[in-house]
Amino acid sequence: MVEQLLYAIEVSLNGLMTGILYSLVALGFVLIFKASGVFNYAQGIMVLFAALTLVGLQAGQVPFAHLINAVFGTRIYSFGWNLPAIAAIALSAMVMVVLAMAVEKFILKFLVHQEPVILFMATIGLAYFLEGFGELMWGGEIKPLDLPLPVGISDTIESATFERFGYGFFIDKLDIAAACVAAVLVLSLVLFFQYSKIGRALRAVADDHQAALSVGISLRYIWVVIWSIAGIVGLAAGIMWGAKSGVQFSLSLIALKALPVLMLGGFTSIPGAILGGIIIGVGEKLFDFFMNPIIGGATENWFAYMLALIFLVFRPQGLFGERIIERV
Amino acid sequence: MLYREAGEFRTSYPDDSQTFPIAFDKFRYYAILAVLFVGVPFIVNDYWANAVLVPVLVWSIAALGLNILTGYCGQISLGTGGFMAVGAYSCYKLMTAFPDLNVVFCIFLSGFVTALVGIVFGVPSLRIKGFYLAVATLAAQFFLVWLFNGVPWFYNYSASGQITVPERTVFGIAVTGPYTEPWAKYLICMFFVFVLAWLARNLTRSSVGRSWMAIRDMDIAAEIIGVNPLKAKLQAFAVSSFFVGISGALFFSVYLGAVEASEAFGINQSFLVLFMVIIGGLGSIFGSFAGAAFIVLLPVLLKNLLVGRLSWPTDIATNSEFIIVGALIIFFLIVEPHGLAHLARLFKEKLRLWPFPH
Amino acid sequence: MSDKANSEAKPKNGSGEILMELKGISLRFGGVLAISDVSFDIKEGEIRAIIGPNGAGKSSMLNVISGFYHPQEGEIWFRGERRPSMRPHRVAAQGIARTFQNIALFKRMTTLDNIMTGRMTLMKSSFAAQALWWGPAEREETEHREKAERIIDFLGIQAIRKIPVGTLPYGLQKRVELGRALAAEPKLLLLDEPMAGMNVEEKEDMSRFILDVNDEFGTTIALIEHDMGVVMDISDRIVVMDYGKKIGDGRPAEIRNNQHVIDAYLGVAH
Repeated sequence: MVEQLLYAIEVSLNGLMTGILYSLVALGFVLIFKASGVFNYAQGIMVLFAALTLVGLQAGQVPFAHLINAVFGTRIYSFGWNLPAIAAIALSAMVMVVLAMAVEKFILKFLVHQEPVILFMATIGLAYFLEGFGELMWGGEIKPLDLPLPVGISDTIESATFERFGYGFFIDKLDIAAACVAAVLVLSLVLFFQYSKIGRALRAVADDHQAALSVGISLRYIWVVIWSIAGIVGLAAGIMWGAKSGVQFSLSLIALKALPVLMLGGFTSIPGAILGGIIIGVGEKLFDFFMNPIIGGATENWFAYMLALIFLVFRPQGLFGERIIERV
Repeated sequence: MLYREAGEFRTSYPDDSQTFPIAFDKFRYYAILAVLFVGVPFIVNDYWANAVLVPVLVWSIAALGLNILTGYCGQISLGTGGFMAVGAYSCYKLMTAFPDLNVVFCIFLSGFVTALVGIVFGVPSLRIKGFYLAVATLAAQFFLVWLFNGVPWFYNYSASGQITVPERTVFGIAVTGPYTEPWAKYLICMFFVFVLAWLARNLTRSSVGRSWMAIRDMDIAAEIIGVNPLKAKLQAFAVSSFFVGISGALFFSVYLGAVEASEAFGINQSFLVLFMVIIGGLGSIFGSFAGAAFIVLLPVLLKNLLVGRLSWPTDIATNSEFIIVGALIIFFLIVEPHGLAHLARLFKEKLRLWPFPH
Repeated sequence: MSDKANSEAKPKNGSGEILMELKGISLRFGGVLAISDVSFDIKEGEIRAIIGPNGAGKSSMLNVISGFYHPQEGEIWFRGERRPSMRPHRVAAQGIARTFQNIALFKRMTTLDNIMTGRMTLMKSSFAAQALWWGPAEREETEHREKAERIIDFLGIQAIRKIPVGTLPYGLQKRVELGRALAAEPKLLLLDEPMAGMNVEEKEDMSRFILDVNDEFGTTIALIEHDMGVVMDISDRIVVMDYGKKIGDGRPAEIRNNQHVIDAYLGVAH
């Protein structure tokens, strides 16, 4: 019995780490939603796209090699170099900034005055576009992510817990690293929002578009900034997930789970995103642990969505959202 | 001067609320119906039926269903794939459990089963609105597909986890199974399309449809002037799921013959149907058909062009399809949020004045 | 309009049976008291105005009557029965229709469809009959279409019958909204600032419609309006609210001389 309890605790701890990764993705959603009221469905694909770009740049892949070869009958695949990790990450971050500019220039600019639902659907279109574009650019096969990140089971934790409880916890070092990265990101974002000039402008825009415009804040500039930040946060999430399970299309499905995370946490709250991520991460692991013998596996596919759905029925504004008073 | 409505006077309200009040439209409508039901079956071959006509018809029904929910009632759903799976699997269970039951009944009954499931997943829409609801419907998508994959009872414990349609006939002619003639596949789909489009038209021009549109345009005001939101939303979910379920049943039994839930009814399917509705035109029955035809035919065209003519690898064609469809969605939302249906209306306006420009 | 003011003593108006009585209504949002212990009644066939400065709780009061807000305290009596707390669409079915301060039309629907939607509570044919466009459903549709056309004639909006209302100018939208409320054939019609944002001519037109509705159909009307001239001219009795409290109630002439009301409107030296 104690054995099982300890096992359940280990499962929850693993869930906690997964949850932090969900929060990392969710953070990107929150940033964009707060600043522009756009519910960016493409955030999940942006995570995948960022990871694909990183791997491709690092391995010296020629972008659109497939297409070029098909059109010109050439056989080029690689530039034949390997970039150092730092350079590849910096370049990928720049690609995400370019993507943000393109999104602003070709999509958002034209949809400023549309209803939120139309913008939401446009981001679904963007997700579709990026999915095809990313694969055309870098190829669709599963790729390992080769970065100098700690991997494997942490021996320290295992031996420490074994001495204490007589049961060694298996915690992946990568998960711990991810948690640290997430913490650093959140902290720096909070500081950025609180203390930088752009951060203040962002908060002003989030509060009231019209009012922000009237005091001379450029909405378009703000949008580029916020989509860039969301893209870079997506890159961080992509690195962590990619290191965990390889860079492949299913990343974008995992990233989609940030949506129920947000519904739990409330769309505008950064602490909400983190707490929501943890609840879902732990919840789905524990649910699977207890229900697997009864209803079968792979419940992670839907647990998060079901939880969010049921939760919202009772509390439509989420954990931290404010109560909505309807007016006519 | 080809298209005229001058000299047409409607003298009673029933005349005015007809689907095609203008004689030219009505004539054209009957002519098209005659060609579709009597002409096409004689000339349709295997390629046209399986690659073009049947998928367009089946997806049209799904688009019609989602358009009722999203276009008329304003509730976004990303669970269409899941509901199609409900239709397909209940059709399979009905066909195998009652081998003597006519397949047409089985398909209609699958629609009713799906409508019930739709009502269950529609209940949260009373509390959750806009894109919150869209995300909530993802629960239906992922849960239903998991259910059909995970519970062997649904696929009758078959080793492959697939469901395969048994052979069934209507008036002695095979309509499902490997020996079905292309024209029989086409005709049975055409029958369902006709009946369902007619039902959709009736519902959207009467008070049920008005209650949906009122909820869509301003839900609070609708409730205050007497629309029961519970009833209107659940009706929309039920009717929409009924359509989508029938589409799923046809997709499985007539079009593909054998399916596996996560492949055939994944989340990409949900998106495809949503795209059909957006490109075709939200809140338009004609738009549902136009959108379905567009989204089904685009990859066929691309494949013919890129793979057939230019002999590029198929994965490039698939990727280009994603890029083009995604870009078109954005393009339509920016330039023509009312979709192909609106373009058709504009064209008609032009035609009315033709050949005089003013 | 002035003739109406002179005919205040007309027996029909203000001396009928009590249609609605509000007793001790209090409404709170969180800690904010929007309405505090307000009581008044509305008599059959009268035009009852609710006036007061901004934020006095007038719109909240109308929302309470139409069932959109549920007061924490107080009773609402309608047609001799105490009304339990109910959803707005049930209130509408009892015969209370309204218009909104910021027009709340169904923007993508046509004028005709908007007005037909107003008749929602009166249409009875079943879902199945409508789906099949079968005998009774089609007949009902035609009958109600005739009634809707009568309202369209009354308001003089024939030309915009089949135009989506979102594209119409403000004044016409206000008229369509009145039409949608009238279509329900209400016992009690609530108008929330029917003349807001209108010029003098439009105001006169709207006043004429309101008086005509009251005269021809005998509809009881409760309205909120800021234009004092109009209120004094067309209403039979007036409730004055300030800071969520009732500070005056009576005929226009009495209100004009009520010291509390004058203080509330002109301010008072403290």
